[in-house]
Amino acid sequence: MIGLILLPLVWASLAFVLGPGRGKWLAIAGLSAQTWFAFDLAQQISAGKAAIGHQVGGWGAPLGIDLAADGLSSAMLLLTQCVALPLAIYASAYYKRDDAAGAYFWPLMGFLIAGLNALFVSADFFNIYVTLELVGLAAVGLVAAGGGAQQIAAALRYLFATLVGSGLYLLGVALLYGAYGTVSIESVSLLVTAEAPRMVWIAFGLMVLGLMLKTALFPFHYWLPPAHGGSPAPVSALLSALVVKASFYLMLRLWIGPFAPLVAAAPWLAWGPAALGTLAIFWGSWQAIRTPRLKMLIAYSTVAQLGYLFLIFPLLNGPGAIQAGVMQAFAHGLAKAAMFVAAGVFIKATGQDTVAGLAGAVNRLPITLFAFGLAGVTLMGLPPSAGFLAKWQLIEAALNQGHWWLVLVVLSGGLLAAVYVFRVLRQAFLLAPVDTPVLPFTPVPRTLEWTAFALALTSVLLGLRGVELMRLIQAVGAVA
Amino acid sequence: MTSSELLPIALLMSSLLPGLVIFALPEGWVALRTTLNLFGAVAKLALVALLLLGVAAGQEYGVRFAVLPGLDLAFKADALGLLFISLSAVLWLFTTLYAIGYLEGAPHRSRFFGFFSLCVTATVGIAMAANLFTFFIFYELLTLATFPLVVHRGTEKAMRGGTIYLAYTLVGGAALLTGIVWLHHLLGHTEFAHGGIAAALGAEYAGQLTLIFVLLIAGVGVKAALVPLHGWLPQAMVAPAPVSALLHAVAVVKAGAFGIVRIVYEVFGIEFAQSLELLAPLAMLAAVTIIWGSFRALFQDDLKKRLAYSTISQVSYIVLGVALFGPLGTVGGLVHLVHQGIMKITLFFCAGNYAETLGIHKVSEMNGAGRRMPLTTLAFSIGALGMMGAPLTAGAISKAWLSDGATAAGMDWAIWVLWTSSFLNAAYFLPILWRAWFRPAPNAWPEEQILRRGWRETAWLLLLPPLATAIMTIAAGTLAETPGSPLEWAKLIADQEYLTWSP
Repeated sequence: MIGLILLPLVWASLAFVLGPGRGKWLAIAGLSAQTWFAFDLAQQISAGKAAIGHQVGGWGAPLGIDLAADGLSSAMLLLTQCVALPLAIYASAYYKRDDAAGAYFWPLMGFLIAGLNALFVSADFFNIYVTLELVGLAAVGLVAAGGGAQQIAAALRYLFATLVGSGLYLLGVALLYGAYGTVSIESVSLLVTAEAPRMVWIAFGLMVLGLMLKTALFPFHYWLPPAHGGSPAPVSALLSALVVKASFYLMLRLWIGPFAPLVAAAPWLAWGPAALGTLAIFWGSWQAIRTPRLKMLIAYSTVAQLGYLFLIFPLLNGPGAIQAGVMQAFAHGLAKAAMFVAAGVFIKATGQDTVAGLAGAVNRLPITLFAFGLAGVTLMGLPPSAGFLAKWQLIEAALNQGHWWLVLVVLSGGLLAAVYVFRVLRQAFLLAPVDTPVLPFTPVPRTLEWTAFALALTSVLLGLRGVELMRLIQAVGAVA
Repeated sequence: MTSSELLPIALLMSSLLPGLVIFALPEGWVALRTTLNLFGAVAKLALVALLLLGVAAGQEYGVRFAVLPGLDLAFKADALGLLFISLSAVLWLFTTLYAIGYLEGAPHRSRFFGFFSLCVTATVGIAMAANLFTFFIFYELLTLATFPLVVHRGTEKAMRGGTIYLAYTLVGGAALLTGIVWLHHLLGHTEFAHGGIAAALGAEYAGQLTLIFVLLIAGVGVKAALVPLHGWLPQAMVAPAPVSALLHAVAVVKAGAFGIVRIVYEVFGIEFAQSLELLAPLAMLAAVTIIWGSFRALFQDDLKKRLAYSTISQVSYIVLGVALFGPLGTVGGLVHLVHQGIMKITLFFCAGNYAETLGIHKVSEMNGAGRRMPLTTLAFSIGALGMMGAPLTAGAISKAWLSDGATAAGMDWAIWVLWTSSFLNAAYFLPILWRAWFRPAPNAWPEEQILRRGWRETAWLLLLPPLATAIMTIAAGTLAETPGSPLEWAKLIADQEYLTWSP
């Protein structure tokens, strides 16, 4: 488990030492090993080891750093490595050797992955704050690396949002420490009760608010489209597929872990995230349907898809809700990464970032379009795909508790997704207009096309075999 | 894995694998692509023959995979499924041959045949689905696989047709999904079983079950083109002729009708559906669709559009047969599932031939076409007469069983519906035949692309498929009582669905 955190730090530092644009083979090798570690860990947990702990340097809490992995965190680790590895392969072909935009990509990606992995296995509030900041700063660096005025503006906006988000979180941690004198999640879980002092309630509110801001839940999504839509394709994919999932994971963890007594005392709280998630689905889809730019469309689709994750909060006291959330995280992570990298191929080939510029792409870039289509199937929640299973589980969990309107939200969200996905596919199938001169198509490395395809295919195939993933999540809650 | 598990998988793979390979083939590799296509189609036929023999001997075929805990991807090849599979396997072979001839020299054939194979895979999956969950997966897969075929030409008009098609089918799919999850929530499973599964819930769920029935039927009713959910079908006529044949006879519309059969017989159970008073409204809906489709067909000058409205009307014969409470109606509806497919595909092949050979797209351009293309027109006439229910054709058998079923069920009004429809069918088909055979030909055809050589009026591959299906139309009518005919097979199925009746 410790390898999952140390390894990316090692290859990131080495890549930095080697100099701009270097270190891609190190990164790919490191990520391959990490993927193996993640699978190994998942296997151990599925096999019945309820939770795996580790005390860094042999120092336990309250002095040292405690790490712990259960089914949920192991699932997120798996998702992170499985998305990051293809993206690294993609990025190695995407950036040319002396590309200024890619100069610091490898070190930043390494720190980002290390931060994510550490976040998933951290067992105390403060440690998590550190990883949150590491992830946030690395992500801002990646966005800014493009270097254009627009990208700098987007990065500053992003920096502001992420700093405010983690600032709120830190404030919450400080209040908790003031109340209980500890930052270990395990110890706090034992102390929090429904009659907790007001300070704890405020801490809970601040932390959730900060995390919602970092997850770009509507109406805190304003920073996401420019940051995700304006970055180079591998960066957009990393941010949309993984980074926003980290803060969601954390919010879920707090909700079902240490603060569960508070939520149980005030069950109406759960409708807040669900209502915002509903608005996110409609607003994000609507913007995606309207925007003329391809990558903005995909970024707004992220806003919408994140909304589904928050629909599970009112359902958490029944069966199947966490499963639905994790399945949706996997479906969206894989499919959105595929979609952004496919868009990167289109943009490299046509030289323009508009939906209209795709006319005739079906004949020029069939593999990429196929990948985009498969990823679209997942986002629409059509079978067979992980997105379909996520919707099925979500609808069934909602029916189990009689929440009809959630069913309607999920179904209409799927139809809206169909509108924006087919907006793109339709344009790609259209014959290139005869009267305008045919724009030159730059040939694109095959690696780019096939990594997009592999990611999209995984998101679809997961929809035919979700049993193992579900068994892994069964081990949830053993560590909190 | 035993052979009873292997055969259903092999049946799916026989079109899936060739399809996936074809996607990867370069455009110019015509010979390999054609070989793969035909190999897949013939292999599928052979597998279907094996399954038919096995099922007739009482063997059971099935296989299942766990997707989520408590949720299985499950297949079984039973008598009802095989009725549909045999139809689509036979017609797939002919449609493939036809498409090879039709698209000769056209661009993007690898893509076309790839999706074509996916469509048939989805159809087989629908037919073999052993529960509603599996049914839904392949039902939506069919939507996705047909979209690229409908918009294959890439024109603005094709895009509009495709968009309308998607809008209808995806909304229908959402309704279907709601019904399925709801039922799954109530029952804990959605396995198909003879006599239905919903009856287990008991009377206090009658209200919910009625709503579920409406959702499910509305979901599959979109593909079955029930009025008022039929709007996409005439619009989808922009697709190339082999795709129209696929939509109307092999896959899409049939998948909808087949879904209704499964839902009424094996989810609700015919007796239980009758006790919930669901069958009479369904029969009324079918009757309205039959009359409305025939009526609209009268006013279409575009040949393919006229055929499309005719499909809307004819497919509801199947629904009517299903909704008539009683085994005679069941036999009539099921046998029409096959008969309509054979007849309608003949008509679409012929319409494609007229368009490809002479550039004829409209009924008003059909003058004298019979003398220029006698064999095609002969096939067209047989198909059209079959649709009217003329003696010696497959259509006569369907109509006879349906009217008997209506009498037996005490729904005499349904007989009037059938007669009115036959009269309207004659009113829109006979003028075409009259023009083709008896009116003089114009000096020049609209756009003659394939010249006559000897007695070959058009390309081989365009001519043979409609002739073959026309012969099948006659054979299904004249040899209906022989063992192994669609009629006998339909009786076998009806025997299974009604526990107290034998044909």
